[in-house]
Amino acid sequence: MHQHEPNDWKKYVIVLFITSAIFIGGLWLSSYFNNKKIDQLKGIEDKISLDLMSSETQFSLMQELSCKDISTTVLSSELNSLAEKINYSENNLGNDDANVVSLKRYYSLLEIKDYLLMKEITSRCGQKSIFILYFYKNVKCDDCTKQGYVLTTLREKYPNLRVYSFDYNLDLSALRAMTSIYKVPDNLPAIVINGKVYSGFQSIEEIEKTFPQLESIKAPDTSKTKAATPTIKKTN
Amino acid sequence: MNTTYTIIFYAFSFISVYVQIFFLVTFFDKRRNIAWSPKIIDLKSYPTVTISVPCYNEQSTIDKTIKSLLALDYPKDKLTIIIVDDGSTDNTWELIQSYDNGKNILSFHKENGGKHTAVNYALEKSTSEFFGCLDADSFVHDQTLKRIMRYFENDPRNMAVIPSVLSHDPKNIIQNAQKVEYDMGVYIKKMLGLIGGIQVTPGPLSTFRKKVFDELGPYRKAHNTEDQEIALRMQEHGYKIDYCPDAYVYTNTPDSVMKLYRQRLRWIYGFIKNLVDYRHLLFRKKYGTVALFTLPTGMVSVFGVIFVFSTVVYNFIRLIYTKIIQIHTIGFHNFFSLHYKFDWFFINTKAMLFLSIILYILVIVTVMLGRKMSTGRANFSISIIYFSIIYSMIAPFWMLRAIYNAIISKESSWTFERRVIQKNN
Repeated sequence: MHQHEPNDWKKYVIVLFITSAIFIGGLWLSSYFNNKKIDQLKGIEDKISLDLMSSETQFSLMQELSCKDISTTVLSSELNSLAEKINYSENNLGNDDANVVSLKRYYSLLEIKDYLLMKEITSRCGQKSIFILYFYKNVKCDDCTKQGYVLTTLREKYPNLRVYSFDYNLDLSALRAMTSIYKVPDNLPAIVINGKVYSGFQSIEEIEKTFPQLESIKAPDTSKTKAATPTIKKTN
Repeated sequence: MNTTYTIIFYAFSFISVYVQIFFLVTFFDKRRNIAWSPKIIDLKSYPTVTISVPCYNEQSTIDKTIKSLLALDYPKDKLTIIIVDDGSTDNTWELIQSYDNGKNILSFHKENGGKHTAVNYALEKSTSEFFGCLDADSFVHDQTLKRIMRYFENDPRNMAVIPSVLSHDPKNIIQNAQKVEYDMGVYIKKMLGLIGGIQVTPGPLSTFRKKVFDELGPYRKAHNTEDQEIALRMQEHGYKIDYCPDAYVYTNTPDSVMKLYRQRLRWIYGFIKNLVDYRHLLFRKKYGTVALFTLPTGMVSVFGVIFVFSTVVYNFIRLIYTKIIQIHTIGFHNFFSLHYKFDWFFINTKAMLFLSIILYILVIVTVMLGRKMSTGRANFSISIIYFSIIYSMIAPFWMLRAIYNAIISKESSWTFERRVIQKNN
């Protein structure tokens, strides 16, 4: 009678142990780097917050300053780079990751503050700027993806066009206040241009046709006009 | 969707890492048990051996195969070569007849009935204590038989010994990719041999004690993978199969994607069907490693390859879809722009990436160890990259097709595979 070699159960367990250790190592390494990234984002947000406060203070002192002294370009490009990073983290860590949600809230708040400040500066200093508030949602919204492309393109075409993106479903009271002030419907995407709400997808041509004044803020040479305003591009 | 995908990914990668670690632990545990052959082998006795060569339309390679057998360093009066022509339609029969000496080289012609019928024909004619089968597209090293017989001599429990099958003179990328796979196979099979987990006794000169067939019966058709079936039958009955890493047999590997596809379709189809036939072995501890490790992990690997492939295809389609939407929405604006600025923030740090890297490293270690065992040198070559790319692109197709064929029970035959090769030559 032929017999198999006895099963080496000890080896099965040892291998299980080693494999688990490798797995835990991989997960730990990933979590370590992801935390580093979140810390970096928090750092950027804190810096932007500080810069915003500084701009606000500058603005309060405006009577004593000339409009040209108020600089916002650095701040805006930082907001923009932050938007890209948050967007990336959202894709990698998930929409419901606590850290991502918290970063997005902070970011949205910074956007609102920037929006209010820029609106004031524009009206007082007579700058030619157009503001777009863009509301999107992250799930089941193909038009939001398309709207994101349109706004990115427009932003590059018109450097003084300031686009602020908001996740409609983000739990943030300031955001709720904005949506109720502008009566933003839940039929997304929705954009608010100079205080007027447009619901559903708006193409480049439609926006340009509705706002001929965009022409007046067109960049002299489009190749040199890198985006100056922040947008979280909604991607699925 | 995302969560399910992540769970499946982790499950597959865990099993894959487990398998690789299992082999490594076995290697470090048992490497001293690997019996390497001395330069000059002097066996205590030289038992009689019959080597059968079944052939179907092998006129281009049969000559070299027989000559390599004639050059074997083994007493001529103890070695019988039986060449069986399985109804070839080319000049094979004329060629093999010229070798027939009526004593220890015999040739037979029969109606086409499939490889297993040809080997069984030789089995019936054989009176030797040991029986081996050599595919007519393979050639042996002159010391191979002695090295195999040494394994039988050293361990009376060995009922079959399989040699190290290496790729013969790989010329193009497809063959070089297969060479990597064959090198890897040397290490994996040796490890499986050490722990009783071998699930196939391949065509190129696997040698058996004749009594295996006397006790368990001859080869069966077994979905045109008789070499898998006999191994499983042996495992079912507790017959020990060992692997001799320095008994070299060189085999001609398919030189085109289509030929490789057909060969693998037959192998995987056979694996699935034999697995179904021998499902009673699965997870039953009394059947040892083959039941607890080899068959389950083989099964997982089929689905794993398909899973990885589906992911790649899904992501590719999604990318194309996104690009189409983008073009449709904003035209070609920024389509070709490459204003990419390096920022370490955008480097992927997902756990999946780290686990995939670990897995790749383990696969490379496997190839290196295989090379070290088969050739004595563990060098890294570009072929490893060909292997990764070609296999990850083509393997899913033969695996998917094999599963489909297994469901509808559509066989890919040995003769059909040979016909395709002939036609392409």
